[in-house]
Amino acid sequence: MEEIRLMKGNEAIAHAAIRFGMDGYFGYPITPQSEVLETLEEQMPWDTTGMVVLQAESEVAAINMVYGGAAAGKAVMTSSSSPGISLKMEGISYLAGAELPALIVNAMRGGPGLGTIQPSQADYFQATKGGGHGDYRLIVLSPATVQEMTDFVGLGMELAFKYRNPVMMLADGIVGQMMEKVVLPDFRPRRTEEEVREQCPWAACGKHGRKQRNVITSLEMEPEKMEANNIRFQEKYKAIEENEVRYSEFMTDDAEYLIVAFGSVARICQKAIEEMREQGVKVGLFRPITLWPFPTKQIAELGKKVKGILTVELNAGQMIEDVRLAVDGGVPVRHFGRMGGIVPNPGEIEEALKAHFMK
Amino acid sequence: MKEEIIIAGFGGQGVLSMGKILAYAGLMDDLEVTWMPAYGPEQRGGTANVTVILSDKPISSPVLDKYDTAVILNQQSLDKFESKVKPGGTLIYDPYGIHRAPTRTDINVIPVSAMDAVLELGNSKTYNMVLLGALLSARNLLSTDAVIRGLKKTLPERHHHLIPLNEQAIEKGRSLV
Repeated sequence: MEEIRLMKGNEAIAHAAIRFGMDGYFGYPITPQSEVLETLEEQMPWDTTGMVVLQAESEVAAINMVYGGAAAGKAVMTSSSSPGISLKMEGISYLAGAELPALIVNAMRGGPGLGTIQPSQADYFQATKGGGHGDYRLIVLSPATVQEMTDFVGLGMELAFKYRNPVMMLADGIVGQMMEKVVLPDFRPRRTEEEVREQCPWAACGKHGRKQRNVITSLEMEPEKMEANNIRFQEKYKAIEENEVRYSEFMTDDAEYLIVAFGSVARICQKAIEEMREQGVKVGLFRPITLWPFPTKQIAELGKKVKGILTVELNAGQMIEDVRLAVDGGVPVRHFGRMGGIVPNPGEIEEALKAHFMK
Repeated sequence: MKEEIIIAGFGGQGVLSMGKILAYAGLMDDLEVTWMPAYGPEQRGGTANVTVILSDKPISSPVLDKYDTAVILNQQSLDKFESKVKPGGTLIYDPYGIHRAPTRTDINVIPVSAMDAVLELGNSKTYNMVLLGALLSARNLLSTDAVIRGLKKTLPERHHHLIPLNEQAIEKGRSLV
Protein backbone atom coordinates (compact mmCIF):
# COMPACT_ATOMS: atom_id res chain seq x y z
CA MET A 1 0.00 0.00 0.00
CA GLU A 2 1.34 3.40 -0.86
CA GLU A 3 2.08 5.53 2.13
CA ILE A 4 1.27 9.24 2.01
CA ARG A 5 3.66 11.32 4.10
CA LEU A 6 4.02 15.02 4.83
CA MET A 7 7.58 16.24 4.50
CA LYS A 8 9.94 18.92 3.28
CA GLY A 9 11.46 18.57 -0.18
CA ASN A 10 14.90 18.19 1.37
CA GLU A 11 13.73 15.37 3.64
CA ALA A 12 12.01 13.69 0.69
CA ILE A 13 15.29 13.65 -1.26
CA ALA A 14 16.98 11.77 1.58
CA HIS A 15 14.20 9.17 1.84
CA ALA A 16 14.08 8.80 -1.96
CA ALA A 17 17.84 8.22 -2.09
CA ILE A 18 17.69 5.41 0.48
CA ARG A 19 14.68 3.82 -1.22
CA PHE A 20 16.29 4.07 -4.68
CA GLY A 21 19.16 1.92 -3.46
CA MET A 22 21.73 4.72 -3.56
CA ASP A 23 25.23 3.50 -2.68
CA GLY A 24 26.59 6.75 -1.33
CA TYR A 25 25.82 10.34 -0.38
CA PHE A 26 28.68 12.79 0.17
CA GLY A 27 27.85 16.29 1.32
CA TYR A 28 28.63 19.33 3.36
CA PRO A 29 25.88 21.26 5.16
CA ILE A 30 24.57 24.57 3.84
CA THR A 31 21.21 26.31 4.19
CA PRO A 32 18.64 25.85 2.64
CA GLN A 33 19.31 22.15 2.01
CA SER A 34 20.97 20.93 5.24
CA GLU A 35 17.97 18.66 5.94
CA VAL A 36 19.15 16.30 3.18
CA LEU A 37 22.25 15.31 5.14
CA GLU A 38 20.46 15.61 8.50
CA THR A 39 17.63 13.30 7.42
CA LEU A 40 20.09 10.74 6.04
CA GLU A 41 21.96 10.79 9.35
CA GLU A 42 18.70 10.32 11.27
CA GLN A 43 17.67 7.43 9.05
CA MET A 44 21.09 5.71 9.38
CA PRO A 45 20.81 3.75 6.11
CA TRP A 46 24.29 2.28 6.65
CA ASP A 47 22.62 -0.07 9.15
CA THR A 48 19.86 -1.12 6.76
CA THR A 49 20.77 -0.86 3.08
CA GLY A 50 24.51 -0.37 3.55
CA MET A 51 24.38 3.07 1.94
CA VAL A 52 27.36 5.27 2.81
CA VAL A 53 26.48 8.72 4.20
CA LEU A 54 29.46 10.95 4.70
CA GLN A 55 29.83 14.55 5.81
CA ALA A 56 33.00 15.56 4.03
CA GLU A 57 35.42 18.26 5.16
CA SER A 58 34.33 20.53 2.31
CA GLU A 59 32.22 20.69 -0.83
CA VAL A 60 35.34 20.08 -2.93
CA ALA A 61 36.06 16.87 -1.03
CA ALA A 62 32.43 15.76 -1.33
CA ILE A 63 32.27 16.10 -5.12
CA ASN A 64 35.56 14.24 -5.51
CA MET A 65 34.22 11.43 -3.32
CA VAL A 66 31.28 11.34 -5.74
CA TYR A 67 33.79 11.04 -8.58
CA GLY A 68 35.48 8.11 -6.84
CA GLY A 69 32.24 6.29 -6.12
CA ALA A 70 30.89 6.88 -9.63
CA ALA A 71 34.16 5.65 -11.17
CA ALA A 72 33.59 2.32 -9.40
CA GLY A 73 30.10 2.09 -10.95
CA LYS A 74 28.28 3.01 -7.75
CA ALA A 75 25.10 5.07 -7.58
CA VAL A 76 26.25 8.21 -5.76
CA MET A 77 25.02 11.72 -5.13
CA THR A 78 25.71 14.98 -3.41
CA SER A 79 23.66 18.06 -2.59
CA SER A 80 24.41 21.66 -1.74
CA SER A 81 23.22 25.21 -2.29
CA SER A 82 24.56 27.87 -4.63
CA PRO A 83 27.92 28.86 -3.06
CA GLY A 84 28.62 25.17 -2.35
CA ILE A 85 27.72 24.22 -5.92
CA SER A 86 30.23 26.78 -7.20
CA LEU A 87 32.90 24.98 -5.16
CA LYS A 88 31.84 21.67 -6.73
CA MET A 89 32.05 22.99 -10.30
CA GLU A 90 35.58 21.76 -11.00
CA GLY A 91 34.54 18.26 -9.92
CA ILE A 92 31.37 18.44 -12.01
CA SER A 93 33.39 19.27 -15.13
CA TYR A 94 35.66 16.28 -14.34
CA LEU A 95 32.61 14.02 -13.92
CA ALA A 96 31.35 15.18 -17.33
CA GLY A 97 34.79 14.74 -18.88
CA ALA A 98 35.21 11.23 -17.46
CA GLU A 99 31.59 10.41 -18.42
CA LEU A 100 30.54 9.42 -14.93
CA PRO A 101 26.95 9.07 -13.71
CA ALA A 102 26.08 11.05 -10.59
CA LEU A 103 23.28 13.13 -9.15
CA ILE A 104 23.97 16.66 -7.89
CA VAL A 105 21.20 18.57 -6.13
CA ASN A 106 21.32 22.37 -5.93
CA ALA A 107 18.74 24.03 -3.66
CA MET A 108 19.43 27.52 -5.00
CA ARG A 109 19.70 30.54 -2.72
CA GLY A 110 20.19 34.24 -3.42
CA GLY A 111 23.59 35.28 -4.78
CA PRO A 112 26.11 36.20 -6.02
CA GLY A 113 28.78 35.43 -3.46
CA LEU A 114 27.57 34.12 -0.12
CA GLY A 115 24.33 36.00 -0.82
CA THR A 116 21.29 35.11 1.28
CA ILE A 117 19.74 31.87 2.43
CA GLN A 118 16.37 32.58 0.79
CA PRO A 119 15.11 31.07 -2.49
CA SER A 120 16.58 31.99 -5.85
CA GLN A 121 16.90 30.68 -9.41
CA ALA A 122 20.01 32.64 -10.29
CA ASP A 123 22.09 29.51 -11.00
CA TYR A 124 20.18 28.72 -14.22
CA PHE A 125 23.13 29.79 -16.40
CA GLN A 126 25.58 27.87 -14.23
CA ALA A 127 23.53 24.67 -14.44
CA THR A 128 22.50 24.78 -18.10
CA LYS A 129 25.34 26.59 -19.86
CA GLY A 130 28.43 25.25 -18.18
CA GLY A 131 29.51 26.45 -14.78
CA GLY A 132 32.59 24.29 -14.92
CA HIS A 133 35.05 24.51 -17.80
CA GLY A 134 34.89 22.75 -21.14
CA ASP A 135 32.22 21.85 -23.66
CA TYR A 136 29.97 19.74 -21.47
CA ARG A 137 26.31 19.47 -20.61
CA LEU A 138 24.46 18.41 -17.51
CA ILE A 139 20.98 16.97 -17.72
CA VAL A 140 19.11 19.50 -15.56
CA LEU A 141 15.83 18.56 -13.86
CA SER A 142 13.67 21.25 -12.27
CA PRO A 143 11.28 20.06 -9.54
CA ALA A 144 8.19 22.14 -8.63
CA THR A 145 6.74 19.91 -5.91
CA VAL A 146 7.96 17.78 -3.04
CA GLN A 147 6.72 14.79 -5.05
CA GLU A 148 9.01 15.76 -7.93
CA MET A 149 11.93 16.24 -5.52
CA THR A 150 11.30 12.60 -4.59
CA ASP A 151 10.72 11.24 -8.09
CA PHE A 152 13.66 13.07 -9.67
CA VAL A 153 16.15 11.23 -7.43
CA GLY A 154 15.24 7.99 -9.20
CA LEU A 155 14.76 9.60 -12.61
CA GLY A 156 18.02 11.52 -12.25
CA MET A 157 20.03 8.39 -11.42
CA GLU A 158 18.41 6.44 -14.27
CA LEU A 159 19.29 9.15 -16.79
CA ALA A 160 22.80 9.47 -15.32
CA PHE A 161 23.49 5.77 -15.88
CA LYS A 162 21.66 5.62 -19.23
CA TYR A 163 23.92 8.34 -20.68
CA ARG A 164 26.95 8.06 -18.35
CA ASN A 165 26.51 11.74 -17.57
CA PRO A 166 26.13 13.81 -14.40
CA VAL A 167 22.58 14.99 -13.73
CA MET A 168 21.68 18.08 -11.73
CA MET A 169 18.42 18.54 -9.86
CA LEU A 170 18.07 22.32 -9.86
CA ALA A 171 15.74 22.99 -6.95
CA ASP A 172 15.35 26.08 -4.79
CA GLY A 173 14.79 27.08 -1.19
CA ILE A 174 10.99 27.07 -1.60
CA VAL A 175 10.56 23.48 -2.69
CA GLY A 176 13.38 22.38 -0.36
CA GLN A 177 11.87 24.00 2.73
CA MET A 178 8.13 23.63 2.15
CA MET A 179 6.16 20.61 3.31
CA GLU A 180 3.47 18.88 1.32
CA LYS A 181 2.10 15.43 0.70
CA VAL A 182 4.38 12.91 -0.89
CA VAL A 183 4.19 9.26 -1.86
CA LEU A 184 7.57 7.65 -1.36
CA PRO A 185 8.76 4.99 -3.82
CA ASP A 186 9.13 1.37 -2.74
CA PHE A 187 12.47 0.19 -1.37
CA ARG A 188 14.82 -1.15 -4.05
CA PRO A 189 17.86 -3.14 -3.04
CA ARG A 190 21.27 -1.66 -3.80
CA ARG A 191 22.94 -3.33 -6.77
CA THR A 192 25.23 -6.23 -5.98
CA GLU A 193 28.90 -6.16 -7.05
CA GLU A 194 28.01 -8.62 -9.84
CA GLU A 195 25.19 -6.37 -11.07
CA VAL A 196 27.51 -3.35 -11.05
CA ARG A 197 30.11 -5.23 -13.14
CA GLU A 198 27.42 -6.42 -15.56
CA GLN A 199 25.65 -3.06 -15.93
CA CYS A 200 28.77 -0.89 -15.86
CA PRO A 201 31.44 -2.74 -17.89
CA TRP A 202 33.39 0.54 -17.95
CA ALA A 203 33.67 0.82 -14.16
CA ALA A 204 37.01 0.69 -12.36
CA CYS A 205 36.12 -2.02 -9.86
CA GLY A 206 38.69 -4.71 -10.50
CA LYS A 207 39.51 -6.70 -13.68
CA HIS A 208 37.65 -9.90 -12.67
CA GLY A 209 39.08 -11.94 -15.54
CA ARG A 210 39.26 -9.13 -18.09
CA LYS A 211 42.67 -8.61 -19.72
CA GLN A 212 42.50 -4.80 -19.91
CA ARG A 213 42.03 -2.59 -16.92
CA ASN A 214 39.36 0.11 -17.09
CA VAL A 215 40.72 3.63 -16.82
CA ILE A 216 38.54 6.52 -15.68
CA THR A 217 40.01 9.87 -16.57
CA SER A 218 39.18 13.19 -18.17
CA LEU A 219 42.80 13.71 -19.23
CA GLU A 220 44.13 13.08 -22.75
CA MET A 221 47.67 14.04 -23.75
CA GLU A 222 46.85 13.98 -27.47
CA PRO A 223 44.46 16.68 -28.76
CA GLU A 224 43.22 14.34 -31.54
CA LYS A 225 42.00 11.92 -28.89
CA MET A 226 40.48 14.76 -26.86
CA GLU A 227 38.67 16.01 -29.93
CA ALA A 228 37.36 12.50 -30.57
CA ASN A 229 36.10 12.43 -26.98
CA ASN A 230 34.39 15.79 -27.52
CA ILE A 231 32.73 14.53 -30.70
CA ARG A 232 31.45 11.51 -28.79
CA PHE A 233 30.12 13.79 -26.01
CA GLN A 234 28.35 16.00 -28.54
CA GLU A 235 26.69 12.97 -30.14
CA LYS A 236 25.52 11.88 -26.72
CA TYR A 237 24.18 15.37 -25.95
CA LYS A 238 22.30 15.34 -29.27
CA ALA A 239 20.67 12.03 -28.36
CA ILE A 240 19.68 13.49 -24.97
CA GLU A 241 18.17 16.54 -26.69
CA GLU A 242 16.14 14.25 -28.94
CA ASN A 243 14.91 11.86 -26.27
CA GLU A 244 14.74 13.48 -22.86
CA VAL A 245 12.84 16.78 -23.13
CA ARG A 246 10.21 17.03 -20.38
CA TYR A 247 7.70 19.79 -19.65
CA SER A 248 4.20 20.46 -18.41
CA GLU A 249 1.46 22.83 -19.58
CA PHE A 250 -1.48 24.50 -17.85
CA MET A 251 -4.35 26.09 -19.82
CA THR A 252 -2.26 26.69 -22.95
CA ASP A 253 -4.91 25.46 -25.43
CA ASP A 254 -6.73 28.78 -25.82
CA ALA A 255 -4.03 31.02 -24.32
CA GLU A 256 -3.43 34.46 -25.81
CA TYR A 257 -0.52 35.08 -23.47
CA LEU A 258 1.98 32.59 -22.14
CA ILE A 259 3.97 32.56 -18.92
CA VAL A 260 7.11 30.43 -18.97
CA ALA A 261 8.47 29.60 -15.53
CA PHE A 262 10.34 26.71 -13.93
CA GLY A 263 10.41 25.06 -10.52
CA SER A 264 8.38 26.38 -7.60
CA VAL A 265 7.92 29.77 -9.31
CA ALA A 266 5.77 28.03 -11.94
CA ARG A 267 3.30 27.21 -9.15
CA ILE A 268 3.07 30.85 -8.07
CA CYS A 269 2.47 31.71 -11.74
CA GLN A 270 -0.26 29.08 -11.92
CA LYS A 271 -2.06 30.74 -9.02
CA ALA A 272 -1.78 34.11 -10.81
CA ILE A 273 -3.18 32.46 -13.95
CA GLU A 274 -6.09 30.92 -12.00
CA GLU A 275 -6.94 34.42 -10.76
CA MET A 276 -6.57 36.05 -14.19
CA ARG A 277 -8.70 33.35 -15.81
CA GLU A 278 -11.51 34.34 -13.43
CA GLN A 279 -11.28 37.83 -14.92
CA GLY A 280 -11.44 36.35 -18.43
CA VAL A 281 -7.78 36.96 -19.28
CA LYS A 282 -6.58 34.03 -21.39
CA VAL A 283 -3.16 33.16 -19.98
CA GLY A 284 -1.45 29.78 -20.00
CA LEU A 285 1.61 28.33 -18.29
CA PHE A 286 4.49 26.41 -19.82
CA ARG A 287 6.85 24.80 -17.33
CA PRO A 288 10.11 23.29 -18.60
CA ILE A 289 10.88 20.28 -16.40
CA THR A 290 14.19 19.60 -18.13
CA LEU A 291 16.06 22.91 -18.27
CA TRP A 292 18.63 21.11 -20.38
CA PRO A 293 17.63 19.69 -22.75
CA PHE A 294 15.37 22.76 -23.09
CA PRO A 295 11.90 22.30 -24.63
CA THR A 296 12.78 24.59 -27.54
CA LYS A 297 10.44 23.04 -30.12
CA GLN A 298 7.42 23.09 -27.83
CA ILE A 299 7.94 26.76 -26.91
CA ALA A 300 8.48 27.62 -30.59
CA GLU A 301 5.11 26.03 -31.42
CA LEU A 302 3.29 27.82 -28.59
CA GLY A 303 5.01 31.09 -29.57
CA LYS A 304 3.16 30.96 -32.90
CA LYS A 305 -0.22 30.96 -31.12
CA VAL A 306 0.21 33.71 -28.51
CA LYS A 307 0.52 37.51 -28.53
CA GLY A 308 3.24 37.67 -25.90
CA ILE A 309 5.38 35.59 -23.56
CA LEU A 310 6.41 36.54 -20.03
CA THR A 311 9.18 34.62 -18.31
CA VAL A 312 9.04 34.73 -14.52
CA GLU A 313 12.24 33.78 -12.74
CA LEU A 314 13.97 34.42 -9.41
CA ASN A 315 16.81 36.14 -11.24
CA ALA A 316 17.54 39.07 -13.55
CA GLY A 317 16.50 37.12 -16.66
CA GLN A 318 18.38 33.93 -17.51
CA MET A 319 15.96 31.34 -18.96
CA ILE A 320 14.49 34.19 -21.02
CA GLU A 321 17.49 33.82 -23.35
CA ASP A 322 16.48 30.24 -24.19
CA VAL A 323 12.84 31.26 -24.64
CA ARG A 324 13.88 34.06 -27.02
CA LEU A 325 16.08 31.65 -28.99
CA ALA A 326 13.12 29.25 -29.20
CA VAL A 327 10.66 31.78 -30.64
CA ASP A 328 13.35 33.47 -32.76
CA GLY A 329 11.85 36.95 -32.68
CA GLY A 330 8.39 35.71 -33.65
CA VAL A 331 6.66 37.07 -30.57
CA PRO A 332 7.61 39.61 -27.87
CA VAL A 333 9.25 37.96 -24.84
CA ARG A 334 9.47 39.96 -21.61
CA HIS A 335 10.88 39.17 -18.18
CA PHE A 336 9.66 39.59 -14.64
CA GLY A 337 11.89 38.58 -11.78
CA ARG A 338 12.76 39.16 -8.16
CA MET A 339 16.31 38.70 -6.95
CA GLY A 340 18.46 38.10 -3.93
CA GLY A 341 16.04 35.77 -2.14
CA ILE A 342 12.79 37.71 -2.62
CA VAL A 343 9.90 35.60 -3.90
CA PRO A 344 7.14 37.32 -5.91
CA ASN A 345 3.51 36.71 -5.00
CA PRO A 346 0.74 35.91 -7.50
CA GLY A 347 -0.48 39.54 -7.52
CA GLU A 348 2.91 40.88 -8.64
CA ILE A 349 3.01 38.38 -11.51
CA GLU A 350 -0.46 39.42 -12.64
CA GLU A 351 0.59 43.10 -12.55
CA ALA A 352 3.77 42.35 -14.51
CA LEU A 353 1.93 40.48 -17.27
CA LYS A 354 -0.65 43.26 -17.60
CA ALA A 355 1.99 46.00 -17.51
CA HIS A 356 3.97 44.37 -20.33
CA PHE A 357 1.15 43.34 -22.64
CA MET A 358 -2.19 44.93 -21.75
CA LYS A 359 -1.51 48.62 -21.30
CA MET B 1 -13.14 23.57 0.61
CA LYS B 2 -10.05 25.77 0.57
CA GLU B 3 -8.52 27.71 3.45
CA GLU B 4 -5.47 29.92 2.95
CA ILE B 5 -3.94 30.73 6.32
CA ILE B 6 -1.04 32.87 7.53
CA ILE B 7 0.29 32.43 11.06
CA ALA B 8 2.74 35.12 12.12
CA GLY B 9 4.53 36.17 15.28
CA PHE B 10 7.92 36.02 16.99
CA GLY B 11 10.28 33.10 16.55
CA GLY B 12 9.86 30.90 19.62
CA GLN B 13 6.12 31.47 20.00
CA GLY B 14 5.40 28.21 18.21
CA VAL B 15 4.34 29.74 14.91
CA LEU B 16 5.97 27.10 12.72
CA SER B 17 4.91 24.17 14.91
CA MET B 18 1.32 25.41 15.04
CA GLY B 19 1.36 25.46 11.25
CA LYS B 20 2.88 22.00 11.19
CA ILE B 21 0.20 20.53 13.45
CA LEU B 22 -2.47 22.19 11.30
CA ALA B 23 -0.89 20.74 8.15
CA TYR B 24 -0.64 17.24 9.66
CA ALA B 25 -4.25 17.48 10.84
CA GLY B 26 -5.23 18.37 7.27
CA LEU B 27 -3.33 15.32 6.05
CA MET B 28 -5.27 13.18 8.57
CA ASP B 29 -8.54 14.58 7.17
CA ASP B 30 -7.43 13.58 3.62
CA LEU B 31 -6.95 17.17 2.46
CA GLU B 32 -4.24 18.54 0.22
CA VAL B 33 -1.87 20.66 2.30
CA THR B 34 1.14 22.93 1.90
CA TRP B 35 3.28 24.37 4.71
CA MET B 36 5.60 27.15 3.60
CA PRO B 37 7.77 28.80 6.25
CA ALA B 38 9.40 32.18 5.85
CA TYR B 39 12.60 30.55 6.96
CA GLY B 40 15.85 32.25 7.76
CA PRO B 41 17.83 33.88 10.50
CA GLU B 42 14.71 35.84 11.47
CA GLN B 43 13.48 32.64 13.14
CA ARG B 44 15.87 33.29 15.99
CA GLY B 45 13.90 35.85 17.97
CA GLY B 46 12.76 38.00 15.06
CA THR B 47 9.48 37.64 13.24
CA ALA B 48 8.50 34.24 11.88
CA ASN B 49 5.58 33.29 9.70
CA VAL B 50 4.19 30.27 7.94
CA THR B 51 1.61 29.91 5.17
CA VAL B 52 -0.61 26.85 5.49
CA ILE B 53 -3.10 25.92 2.77
CA LEU B 54 -5.76 23.25 3.29
CA SER B 55 -7.79 22.26 0.25
CA ASP B 56 -9.82 19.42 -1.16
CA LYS B 57 -8.25 20.15 -4.58
CA PRO B 58 -4.59 20.20 -5.68
CA ILE B 59 -2.79 23.35 -4.50
CA SER B 60 -0.90 25.52 -6.98
CA SER B 61 1.10 28.22 -5.20
CA PRO B 62 2.43 27.70 -1.67
CA VAL B 63 3.20 31.46 -1.63
CA LEU B 64 0.29 33.89 -1.32
CA ASP B 65 -0.48 37.60 -1.05
CA LYS B 66 -4.08 37.31 0.22
CA TYR B 67 -5.33 35.09 3.01
CA ASP B 68 -8.70 33.77 4.18
CA THR B 69 -7.46 33.75 7.75
CA ALA B 70 -4.57 35.37 9.63
CA VAL B 71 -3.44 34.32 13.10
CA ILE B 72 -1.38 37.20 14.47
CA LEU B 73 0.85 37.00 17.51
CA ASN B 74 2.69 40.33 17.54
CA GLN B 75 2.43 43.97 16.46
CA GLN B 76 4.88 43.71 13.52
CA SER B 77 2.88 40.84 12.05
CA LEU B 78 -0.39 42.70 12.54
CA ASP B 79 1.05 45.72 10.72
CA LYS B 80 2.24 43.47 7.90
CA PHE B 81 -0.74 41.17 7.44
CA GLU B 82 -3.91 43.04 8.46
CA SER B 83 -4.27 44.48 4.94
CA LYS B 84 -3.61 41.05 3.37
CA VAL B 85 -6.77 39.40 4.75
CA LYS B 86 -9.39 38.95 2.02
CA PRO B 87 -12.58 40.98 2.53
CA GLY B 88 -14.92 38.81 4.59
CA GLY B 89 -11.94 36.88 5.96
CA THR B 90 -10.91 36.33 9.56
CA LEU B 91 -8.18 37.89 11.69
CA ILE B 92 -7.44 36.22 15.00
CA TYR B 93 -5.01 38.00 17.31
CA ASP B 94 -3.84 38.06 20.89
CA PRO B 95 -4.27 41.60 22.31
CA TYR B 96 -1.28 40.88 24.60
CA GLY B 97 1.57 43.08 23.35
CA ILE B 98 -0.62 44.77 20.73
CA HIS B 99 -0.73 48.56 21.09
CA ARG B 100 -2.46 49.36 17.78
CA ALA B 101 -5.53 47.15 17.46
CA PRO B 102 -6.81 46.11 14.01
CA THR B 103 -9.02 48.74 12.38
CA ARG B 104 -10.58 46.92 9.43
CA THR B 105 -14.35 46.57 9.51
CA ASP B 106 -14.80 44.39 6.40
CA ILE B 107 -13.26 41.34 8.07
CA ASN B 108 -14.10 39.26 11.09
CA VAL B 109 -11.68 40.41 13.82
CA ILE B 110 -11.44 38.00 16.77
CA PRO B 111 -9.30 38.92 19.78
CA VAL B 112 -8.20 35.82 21.73
CA SER B 113 -6.48 36.37 25.06
CA ALA B 114 -4.25 33.34 24.67
CA MET B 115 -1.54 34.68 27.01
CA ASP B 116 -4.06 35.03 29.85
CA ALA B 117 -5.39 31.55 29.05
CA VAL B 118 -2.00 29.85 29.30
CA LEU B 119 -1.28 31.58 32.61
CA GLU B 120 -4.55 30.08 33.82
CA LEU B 121 -3.60 26.66 32.40
CA GLY B 122 -0.19 26.92 34.04
CA ASN B 123 1.91 26.01 30.98
CA SER B 124 3.08 28.82 28.72
CA LYS B 125 4.36 26.35 26.13
CA THR B 126 0.79 25.57 25.09
CA TYR B 127 0.32 29.18 23.92
CA ASN B 128 0.19 28.23 20.25
CA MET B 129 -2.29 25.42 20.96
CA VAL B 130 -4.75 27.88 22.52
CA LEU B 131 -4.58 29.96 19.34
CA LEU B 132 -4.90 26.80 17.22
CA GLY B 133 -8.06 25.93 19.15
CA ALA B 134 -9.41 29.43 18.50
CA LEU B 135 -8.62 29.10 14.79
CA LEU B 136 -10.30 25.69 14.50
CA SER B 137 -13.42 27.00 16.22
CA ALA B 138 -13.61 30.35 14.40
CA ARG B 139 -13.19 28.78 10.97
CA ASN B 140 -14.86 25.44 11.74
CA LEU B 141 -11.80 23.62 10.37
CA LEU B 142 -10.88 19.98 10.85
CA SER B 143 -12.01 17.51 13.50
CA THR B 144 -10.41 17.53 16.95
CA ASP B 145 -9.60 13.86 16.31
CA ALA B 146 -7.59 14.83 13.20
CA VAL B 147 -5.75 17.51 15.19
CA ILE B 148 -4.85 15.04 17.95
CA ARG B 149 -3.61 12.57 15.35
CA GLY B 150 -1.69 15.44 13.75
CA LEU B 151 -0.12 16.22 17.12
CA LYS B 152 0.94 12.59 17.51
CA LYS B 153 2.65 12.75 14.11
CA THR B 154 4.40 16.04 14.92
CA LEU B 155 5.55 15.36 18.49
CA PRO B 156 8.39 12.93 19.08
CA GLU B 157 7.14 9.88 21.00
CA ARG B 158 8.97 10.89 24.18
CA HIS B 159 6.64 13.92 24.38
CA HIS B 160 3.41 12.00 23.80
CA HIS B 161 2.51 12.25 27.49
CA LEU B 162 1.98 15.97 26.83
CA ILE B 163 -0.84 15.35 24.33
CA PRO B 164 -3.65 15.60 26.95
CA LEU B 165 -2.22 18.97 28.06
CA ASN B 166 -2.20 20.20 24.47
CA GLU B 167 -5.71 18.89 23.95
CA GLN B 168 -6.80 20.87 27.02
CA ALA B 169 -5.18 24.01 25.57
CA ILE B 170 -6.93 23.49 22.22
CA GLU B 171 -10.28 23.12 24.00
CA LYS B 172 -9.54 26.26 26.01
CA GLY B 173 -8.86 28.13 22.76
CA ARG B 174 -12.09 26.82 21.24
CA SER B 175 -14.01 28.11 24.26
CA LEU B 176 -12.56 31.62 23.84
CA VAL B 177 -14.19 32.18 20.44
